[in-house]
Amino acid sequence: MSESKLDLLQGTLDLMVLQTLAAMGRLHGYGIARRIEQVSGDAVLLNQGTIYASLVRLQQRGWISAEWGTSTNNRKAKFYSITKRGRKQLSEDAAYWQRLSDVMGRVLALPEGSDNK
Amino acid sequence: MIDQVRQGFHRLRSFFRRAQQDRELDAEMFAHLELAIEENLERGLSPAEARRQALVRFGGPQQVKETLREARGLPLLETLFQDFRFALRMLRRSPGFALVAIFCLTLGIGTNAAVFSWMEGLLFRPYPAVAHQERLVALTGTAAQDDLSWPDFLDLQRNCKLFEAFFVSKIMGTTLSIGERAQVVTGSVVSSNYFPALGVHPILGRAFEPTEDVGRSAHPVTVISYQLWKERFGGDPQIIGKTQRMNGVLHTIIGVAPEGFYGTFVGWAMKFWVPASMEDTFEAGGYKLEDRGERWIEGYGRLKPGVTLEQAQQEVSAVAKRLDADYPATNRGRGVKLWALWQTPFNNAGTLLPTLGIMLVVVVFVLLIACANVGNLLLVRAFARRHEITVRVAVGAGRRRLLQQLLIEGLVLSALAATGGLLIAHWSSHLLVLLLPVRNGNAMHLPGEMDWRVMALSAAVCLASTLLFALLPAIEASNVDLATTLRSEMAGVVHGRSKSWVRSGLVVVQVSLCFILLAGAGLLLQSLERVRSDSPGFSTQGTLVTAVNLSASGYDVQRAKSFQDDLIDRVQGLPGVESAALARVTPLGYGTFSSAPIAVDGYQPPTDERLSVDYNQVGPGYFATIGIPLVSGREFTRADNETAAPVAIVNETMAARYWAGKNPIGDRLQVKDKWLEIVGVSKTSRYYSMREMPKPFFYVPLRQKFSVGAALNIRTKLRPETMAAALSRELKAMDANLALYEVISLQEQLDRSTSAQKVAVTLTGVLAGLALVLASIGLYGVMSYTVSQSTRELGLRMALGARTPELFRLVISRGLALTAGGILLGAAAALGLTRLLGYLLYKVSPRDPLAFGSAFLILLIVSLIACLLPAWRATRVDPIVALRYE
Repeated sequence: MSESKLDLLQGTLDLMVLQTLAAMGRLHGYGIARRIEQVSGDAVLLNQGTIYASLVRLQQRGWISAEWGTSTNNRKAKFYSITKRGRKQLSEDAAYWQRLSDVMGRVLALPEGSDNK
Repeated sequence: MIDQVRQGFHRLRSFFRRAQQDRELDAEMFAHLELAIEENLERGLSPAEARRQALVRFGGPQQVKETLREARGLPLLETLFQDFRFALRMLRRSPGFALVAIFCLTLGIGTNAAVFSWMEGLLFRPYPAVAHQERLVALTGTAAQDDLSWPDFLDLQRNCKLFEAFFVSKIMGTTLSIGERAQVVTGSVVSSNYFPALGVHPILGRAFEPTEDVGRSAHPVTVISYQLWKERFGGDPQIIGKTQRMNGVLHTIIGVAPEGFYGTFVGWAMKFWVPASMEDTFEAGGYKLEDRGERWIEGYGRLKPGVTLEQAQQEVSAVAKRLDADYPATNRGRGVKLWALWQTPFNNAGTLLPTLGIMLVVVVFVLLIACANVGNLLLVRAFARRHEITVRVAVGAGRRRLLQQLLIEGLVLSALAATGGLLIAHWSSHLLVLLLPVRNGNAMHLPGEMDWRVMALSAAVCLASTLLFALLPAIEASNVDLATTLRSEMAGVVHGRSKSWVRSGLVVVQVSLCFILLAGAGLLLQSLERVRSDSPGFSTQGTLVTAVNLSASGYDVQRAKSFQDDLIDRVQGLPGVESAALARVTPLGYGTFSSAPIAVDGYQPPTDERLSVDYNQVGPGYFATIGIPLVSGREFTRADNETAAPVAIVNETMAARYWAGKNPIGDRLQVKDKWLEIVGVSKTSRYYSMREMPKPFFYVPLRQKFSVGAALNIRTKLRPETMAAALSRELKAMDANLALYEVISLQEQLDRSTSAQKVAVTLTGVLAGLALVLASIGLYGVMSYTVSQSTRELGLRMALGARTPELFRLVISRGLALTAGGILLGAAAALGLTRLLGYLLYKVSPRDPLAFGSAFLILLIVSLIACLLPAWRATRVDPIVALRYE
């Protein structure tokens, strides 16, 4: 099973994190990582640690904000939430990915060996 | 874009808040793992397994931290910082190496920075208070770089469109006396636009008005220098409107120049400025502002922005051509030439230019030698550090990172050295003045300039030398082949052939550069000796020269004449004086001879020859006093006065050129519009410089072309100081207001005329000495290292029966082989290079065997000394220890 896991394309992790925060609201790093794993049905090869590099990048760009708080079971953790600028960025990036995957889908749908003009 | 800026800002902030962010990160990771473990426990795993799986899912915490640091801060800067700290630590660990390396580089970079600062301060930006000096140009005539006339200057100003302004500055001297203190000071006669054209504003009062250029001696006003204002007038805030007597004329002080403005004559700090209309008061020879034939001004122009020297030259030449057509009597065949400021021919920039050019080459050599030394040290050290480097490569240090780190170590060395070097340059910025003679109590003003350009250039030198000395060792070191290095380490010390070749090669280069410098210094020294011992055509021994500035004390022609007669009588009456005579100009001094158009019966000049010959006005007994022999005819006597028939004495060169070998005595010579009878022919002597070619020259009696200012020549065996005391007494008896100029021998005068060569000789000598020290350090280092690395070989030889003297010879001969290689290479290069000394060499062949021979001997002796200690050490090797040592 592990051979078939997807390697993440550059930049896709950032988008996943943004989408997760947009959908789930305030979350800590572990929560984000678990959520992405669950949603992808464990199809994504994710070193949970790499989440944090992504979080730093997004924070530096001002797309997410962070604050320390306590988790449901009373643990101290850093919670992230998406900012307004982040939502805007997310919609742009999502549209881009949608288009890209449409194009990819169409390109890959070309029948093999056919001699279309 | 904005996001990128924001990210950059965050990265920069992170860079400075690393420790705190690291703590936060640790806390966050800790929380993450705790949450994961908890979840795993809930899923029923054992505590150990829960922890293991949490860690696996997380990935290696250290790697995560690394990638995070890269995402967060400025990774390049951080590794640079690490390397920098590491370099400092390494240098602290081997202080001996660090000190020698920094010492060598400090000498190399310091001497370069010093020469840069001199070139900047004397040639490129000699007038610190003046804005946009790069747009200033100097002007001369095209004929033998003579000066310009005032009417020509006005025509240039009217007709040239590419210039913002033309301005004039002519150096003058006067004696200032306020109360008891009399002082000889230098000043300038300038055009009225001088200060605005330079962009210099007086801090008190005003600059000159355009009308102050006009009318003979009509505007006795002066702007004084800040220094004069402070020193002589005590910084008096009410100075404007006060008066100062200069050359007998009461001048009104109208302005004070700002601090740091010294005028526009490289070499001297001007103390006052007067407008051009006062020229007559300060210069002998009458009012010249209305005479197109009188060439006396030293002109400058300021180009408009964006105008090139070539364009400006074209425009100026066009104007000169029109003047040539309009005024054939004075301007036939005369053009006007523009010079970049650093080539200005009429002040000390021109005199020092060739010397500074040679210095630049010399200091580059010194730098190369220093770099070779440090390169060698680094090679040896890289070898000693191969263990450390191998381990670092083995644990995964990238080659690029290793190279970067070794280069940074080099950069730290040269940056430390550059700091020391700039200090050296700062301290030596006034060194040139010390090498030049003080004249009439005035020291020259030749400051180096440490501006940002010099700093930037020194930094560039620092970087370039780092690459020179550190790149090769760094590449060599970072190129470790793990297997070989580890194996060779087990096998013991076997230094690679290639590395020892590099080291020997560096020493050979050092020795050869050193040879070139020594040979060059030898040539310059010999040349100076020849100049100073050569006969200038008059007797330098037993003749003293001085002057009394009569015009400064306001003597008119009649008073001056009777004073001069009286003075000569009194001086000749002094005990120990053989004879005394006046002359307007002393040869080889700063004064300029008069020049006049001439005509000779029966001599048809070629059409392009402008017959114009220099002459001097001399008193009775001049030739006997100064020791110029007369070939035929007679000296001037007191009978050759205003009322007698005008006469002249020509020199042999003139007689040969215009009378074709026929004795000219009794013939006529036309000077301007006056006919003179030739009464004598003198030997040709030197007039302006020891290096000049024999030139036509004639003399007229002082009384028939009178000048109030005149030099006093005295033939005596007395010392100058004794004579000065006696003269001062006489002078005081005659007129208490008169000041005596310094009394010097003609030999001293000759020596002063060669001060530029003296500077060149001294500096080259000192730098060649430094180069010698550096090269011998290099040779010593390589030989010591060779001996220490061949302990086993030496031990073997000893065990096989080699005796002490043989081992001694072995080491010495290896050292001398390197020296010999260097000397051969150096001699070959020097044979080609010393020609470049050209102008500074006098009656010495650029391939003079004495200079080359002494360079050879000196290097031989020094390298013997450098090899002695290593050779002695070689003989002390204990064969048993040496063999066991491996």
